[in-house]
Amino acid sequence: MSTIAMPAPDQAILNRKEEVVAALRAALPAELVISDPAETHAYECDALTAYRCPPLAVVLPRTTAEVAAAMTVCHAHGIPVVPRGAGTSLAGGALPTADSVIISTLRLRGYLEIDTDNRFIRVQTGVTNLSVSGELDPHGFFYAPDPSSQLACTIAGNIAMNSGGAHCLKYGVTTNNLMGATVVLTTGEVIELGGTEMGPEGLDLLGLICGSEGQLGIVTEAVLRILPKPEGARPVLIGYDSAEVAGECVAKIIRSGVIPVAIEYMDDVVVRAVEDFVHAGYPTCTAVLIVEVEGSPDEIDHQIALIREIADTLNPVEFREARNGDEAMAIWKGRKSAFGAMGRINDYMCLDGTVPVSQLPYTLRRIGELSKEHGLEVGNVFHAGDGNMHPLILFNANTPGDLERAEAFGADILRLCVEVGGCLTGEHGVGVEKRDLMTVQYTDDDLSIQMAVKDVFDPDWLLNPAKVFPLQSSAAHRSAEAR
Amino acid sequence: MTVQDEMLAPASEQELSEVIAEAHARRTPIGIFGGGTRIEGRSPEWLTLSTARLSGVVTYEPGEMTLIVRPGTSVSEIEEMLARENQSLAFEPADLRGVLGGNGTPTIGGVVAANDSGPRRLRVGACRDHLLGVRFVDGQGRILKNGGRVMKNVTGLDLGKVMCGSFGTLGVLTEVVMKTLPAARATETLALPGLSVAQAVEVFSVALATPYDIAGAAWRDGTAYLRIEGLDRQVPYRSEKLRAMFRNREIDQIDAEGTRALWRSLRELDHFAGTAAPLWRLMVRPTDAGAITGRLAALGGAFSLDWGGGLIWYCGPGSGTQLRAALPSGHATLIRRGGAEGPAFTPPPPVVARLSDQLRRTFDPARILNPGLMDA
Repeated sequence: MSTIAMPAPDQAILNRKEEVVAALRAALPAELVISDPAETHAYECDALTAYRCPPLAVVLPRTTAEVAAAMTVCHAHGIPVVPRGAGTSLAGGALPTADSVIISTLRLRGYLEIDTDNRFIRVQTGVTNLSVSGELDPHGFFYAPDPSSQLACTIAGNIAMNSGGAHCLKYGVTTNNLMGATVVLTTGEVIELGGTEMGPEGLDLLGLICGSEGQLGIVTEAVLRILPKPEGARPVLIGYDSAEVAGECVAKIIRSGVIPVAIEYMDDVVVRAVEDFVHAGYPTCTAVLIVEVEGSPDEIDHQIALIREIADTLNPVEFREARNGDEAMAIWKGRKSAFGAMGRINDYMCLDGTVPVSQLPYTLRRIGELSKEHGLEVGNVFHAGDGNMHPLILFNANTPGDLERAEAFGADILRLCVEVGGCLTGEHGVGVEKRDLMTVQYTDDDLSIQMAVKDVFDPDWLLNPAKVFPLQSSAAHRSAEAR
Repeated sequence: MTVQDEMLAPASEQELSEVIAEAHARRTPIGIFGGGTRIEGRSPEWLTLSTARLSGVVTYEPGEMTLIVRPGTSVSEIEEMLARENQSLAFEPADLRGVLGGNGTPTIGGVVAANDSGPRRLRVGACRDHLLGVRFVDGQGRILKNGGRVMKNVTGLDLGKVMCGSFGTLGVLTEVVMKTLPAARATETLALPGLSVAQAVEVFSVALATPYDIAGAAWRDGTAYLRIEGLDRQVPYRSEKLRAMFRNREIDQIDAEGTRALWRSLRELDHFAGTAAPLWRLMVRPTDAGAITGRLAALGGAFSLDWGGGLIWYCGPGSGTQLRAALPSGHATLIRRGGAEGPAFTPPPPVVARLSDQLRRTFDPARILNPGLMDA
């Protein structure tokens, strides 16, 4: 039994399933619409697997026009629509309801234009994040945002969730790398926002769409900013016996003027787990930092020397510099297998609350105390340069009550993040997972204006139901409007 | 009586909220003033509201690269404070006093309201990319917040993005959270004289395809400029690499001091100081700049380029209709009216216009905040 409530499906819609499916098949090539429960099984959940529900039907359009046709049908029939990329959301951002039609972007797979002179790529949004950089590779360019699900996740999902990644300390998140978008509105109308130029004009609707979690429309094509590939990159590993000192090291590196592309942090729980799993050869200490810098070999040496100077003033347990590609891989190996290593111990829940960097040591200490209070173990592995935490709460999904305890612990951690000046989610999105915690971060008025913005784009609230806004808040907002 | 004498200057968010709530109830239009560097588009009939007393730094944490500041704070005060920690507002807020003719002082609130970004926007993004959070009072007098003080935040809709560049038509800012970045330790400029616009854009496209973090690519009076920035040892290395790439062209090296003066002058549009004709900002695909400037030359007037050719500044008699017709894609914004007729902003397509209009009504139901400023 899980604790996040979903609204009861509209029985009238469930009764009209055949009619809705027929209307979709009339508007689109029939093979793009699937409704047999055996076929829609794969769409019952995303990466937040504790929550699942079969949708009414799934549509797999190949073009903007087909997405628009599907939206038009759903709008005319008053059917909720759940937009879905690859289904890698950790927050339940693509969780269907029984009365909803999923519109998937998976078959929007075209690379439309690569223009290195004007430094953009135009794609259909069902392409995967990693494949965009793959397309650009022969041209010497790459696409910067790199969420850890980049092998599977789509650009559509990245835009919906404003995805980040390990390298956003230097390159920013999706919104900073998105130049334009083709958006299908709930009515089926299609709009173009931004474009191939460096500045949109008028109100920045593109900035509003990015990170709106499918609440405002479906992005079918995107113009992405591309960057020349760096000459090289190299990590160093720094170990400390105290979280405070590791936090101080992060702040000092940032203040020094070196901007690493990534500063990753792993605590002792995670380090032990990865050592047992992949034997990465990490030092056994309270905090391990991986700092990666980019440039020519000489530039890298220079930056690493500056970082070493800083690290050494704080008496590290170890300072390990990768001297070649193999050593670099060895340093990254543990970090990259951290989630898998934790998964070997038990089921885990991964949160992504973000805190001001200066609050990292305090937040880590409090998470340790909360861990004892809730009786569940937690490991911390995160992007330290921007304070984006990733506490992994270990629990056993087969033990009755464990999921609920993990969720309660998670909620306490997120409240803590807000309390110290941070936010509920740095890159995963609110989805259903953090929906009911929104009132911790925002006042009723703060939420009310966001919901009023949704009203503008989706007056009937058909898009991605029961996500982002607490059910109580949205019910109150909508009944106030109806008066 | 000068405008200043009649100005309301609330000293707190609460006072501001009361002023706007009353104006909302009475449907009294309000013109919002930051530093008073842009005074076009306001009617003398309006109530005028200054953010001057909503000023001061709330917190600045160099180790977190975050600055929380009230909107009436002057940009120069912020830049001096950041410089003491070797940091800066990396997007280089544009200072257009020299061409706008206002005698005020640019404020951070004005910069955010206009999404003003200077030459380094090419590499690091615009003002909106460095805005982490906002507090503001909407058109009904509600005190609202969005975003936060951390660099990664996807909690709810990103209203900071629409506030940035909304020219005060959605609300009055009371606090902005900006991302600060380390200032470059070293800098240098390569100047390539005797280039047409098309040749300059070719140079830019080649240079910007390198990993050398070009932090400025501008052209004026036949010379293309490439700004190089980085750590002490990066700059000479990058400079040498770039000079080798363009060894068939004449290249002058401009040292750090000269570089700072040059890019300040480019950012402030010194070359258009003292002119009176309409001044336009054209956002284009860089490789279209050659053809577009050819059309501008036929209309008369002068132009310069920034952002690797993606931004064309045009000062001349060409009308909005003529300019917009000259662009294969992108848009033209009137920065200084100079007697020009017609809309300052490119009219959006109908559905986008409808959404924008409904958004404005959502934030400001009585349409009292700088009404019509963005469709003037």
